Amino acid sequence: MTVTTLATLAALGAFHGLNPAMGWLFAVARGLQERSRRALLRALPPIAAGHLASVAIVAALVAATRSVTTSTALAVVGGVLLVAFGLWRLLSERHFRWAGMRLSAAQLAGWSFLMSSAHGAGLMLLPVLVAEPVPGGHSGHLAAAPVGALSGLAAAGVHTVAMLGVALAVAMLVYQVLGVGVLRRAWFNVDRLWAGVLVAAGLVTLLRA
Amino acid sequence: MTRWTPDPTFYPSPREAVTAPAEKLAYVAAFDRTASRPDAIVVLDTDPDSPDYGRVVGWTDLPYVGDELHHFGWNACSSALCPTAPHPHVERRYLIVPGLRSSRIHVLDTQPDPRQPQVVKVIGAEELAKRAGYSRPHTVHCGPDGIYLSALGGADGADGPGGIAILDHTTFEVRGAWEADRGPQFLAYDMWWHLTQDVLVTSEWGTPPMIEDGIIGELLLGRRYGHAIHFWDLAKRRHVQRVDLGDQYQMPLELRPAHDPTKSYGFVGVVISVEDLSASIWLWHRDGDAWAVTKVIDIPAEPADPADLPDLLKPFGAVPPLVTDIDLSVDDRFLYVSCWGTGELRQYDVSDPLHPVQTGSVHLGGIVRRTAHPAAPDEALAGGPQMVEVSRDGRRVYVSNSLYGAWDDQFYPDGVGAWLAKLDVDVDAGGLTPDERFFPHGDEFRGLRVHQTRLQGGDASSDSYCFP
Repeated sequence: MTVTTLATLAALGAFHGLNPAMGWLFAVARGLQERSRRALLRALPPIAAGHLASVAIVAALVAATRSVTTSTALAVVGGVLLVAFGLWRLLSERHFRWAGMRLSAAQLAGWSFLMSSAHGAGLMLLPVLVAEPVPGGHSGHLAAAPVGALSGLAAAGVHTVAMLGVALAVAMLVYQVLGVGVLRRAWFNVDRLWAGVLVAAGLVTLLRA
Repeated sequence: MTRWTPDPTFYPSPREAVTAPAEKLAYVAAFDRTASRPDAIVVLDTDPDSPDYGRVVGWTDLPYVGDELHHFGWNACSSALCPTAPHPHVERRYLIVPGLRSSRIHVLDTQPDPRQPQVVKVIGAEELAKRAGYSRPHTVHCGPDGIYLSALGGADGADGPGGIAILDHTTFEVRGAWEADRGPQFLAYDMWWHLTQDVLVTSEWGTPPMIEDGIIGELLLGRRYGHAIHFWDLAKRRHVQRVDLGDQYQMPLELRPAHDPTKSYGFVGVVISVEDLSASIWLWHRDGDAWAVTKVIDIPAEPADPADLPDLLKPFGAVPPLVTDIDLSVDDRFLYVSCWGTGELRQYDVSDPLHPVQTGSVHLGGIVRRTAHPAAPDEALAGGPQMVEVSRDGRRVYVSNSLYGAWDDQFYPDGVGAWLAKLDVDVDAGGLTPDERFFPHGDEFRGLRVHQTRLQGGDASSDSYCFP
């Protein structure tokens, strides 16, 4: 992976980490409820793990498929998918339904996985993944698929580390310094921006194809 | 209806909500007992600097007759900041207004003109019955993932069970019944929750035939009205525990959980004990892994000359307090208790919830007392403080005087009238004083009776918080 690729993956990770809906707010709520910073810190790894799983599935699929198919077809299909999904997110007002606050670590990871998947977190990485040169130079060769998947997983890993880092920083800042009152002023509508980024990512992918 | 920044009336914690600006308007449910004219949502001016302060400044007739408006609520509130289903960019904009008698649910848009809410949707009784299996919708709460609506009756005239219907909070369509497993629960009335603990609580009144033609003496003395509260797993939607108060304690109605999400207690008001006509307030609290209740306030009946009493009470020679509404200030410090029979609003300091201390009392109306309002000292008042609503900052309390059509007629047979009073609170020492500038009554309500009040931007019984 090139430096640009890594930087882009990390930047998208930071964007995901910044979104209160992706998990840091959940960690803050648990910390405040238990009156314990440890509870906050304990909540973040499962949230990151769920996010990683969601992103990794897309990344591994894209990277592996790219090894065996033409990149143009993948880019076109992926781009169209992204634009459509982004528009759906933009226009849909339905809310993700998950009633519980008292979740075990495994359930929390599951929640994060569903939240990330439903918001198309992995799809957002598509233009970066598609732009990557085909791994191993064995374009169209089936044997290259596992290698491709591996590079996809690495991409997801870089992305998730950045996501976790930003989520941790924001969660700690809100918990220790700012207080949840800041939500009222600082929580701009990330969902709209998120949908916009999805559409933009799709367009970039299509233009490159 | 999505915004770029969170709705400014949403607060992550009760501590923040207490700092909210004062309400400029109040919405009041008003109904026509004869069911010959439409019920209405009445808008009152609550801005002390306005020339119309304390007066009716808006009026929205509903499209049909015979609804009997009772309780209503907002489509969205501070629970939209909760991390499980975060969507703080919706607006607190629509009033969800059920008709307790008609089972119709009205959706009113308070924008663009907050003084003239517009009816934008009416959900028919048949839709509530078909989709959720309920009738007689009662209490509305904006949950993080939808609108929760308790209902007293079953579908198509069936007695019950009553329960909770879920409404989509963007389309307002009835999604279905909330309960996955109701266990022994049958009677319904109020519901509220400890959101961060995945706990929902429900209370019990009676089925529609038990209430719609008035209180039935034989059923009351036979201890057949509700006398238990229920605890549920909010996430799994399953019944967890039934806690019986004892069958002499008839009708545990209003539930007021602590606003602080780290606390695990709440108050429930009981209308009447059949042993001595007293009313009581109970505290629910944890008892190990289970829930328990403890009676923390007892309000005795007041002896009276039978000649001054309505038929139902003549044999007893006493006025029951009839505690029919309670409200807890957002800082969890003061509990307000409506004694609709004796015509009194009491204020208790419940900082130590197991040991409430009475800090204030105001008399208005009452079956025998008929105490006048200081703004109109010559007018004997019928009814008494009934629905009570506290402003988010805890400095103002609004009370209205009608309970429920058929019951009004039983306890105030010469007419319950219509009035609404505002009381100022001494938030330091405790205590209540009627505001002489704020007493809309009589003809101002055009012959309708006034029931619940909701304050613009939220009040002490409209919002739930996920952060302490």
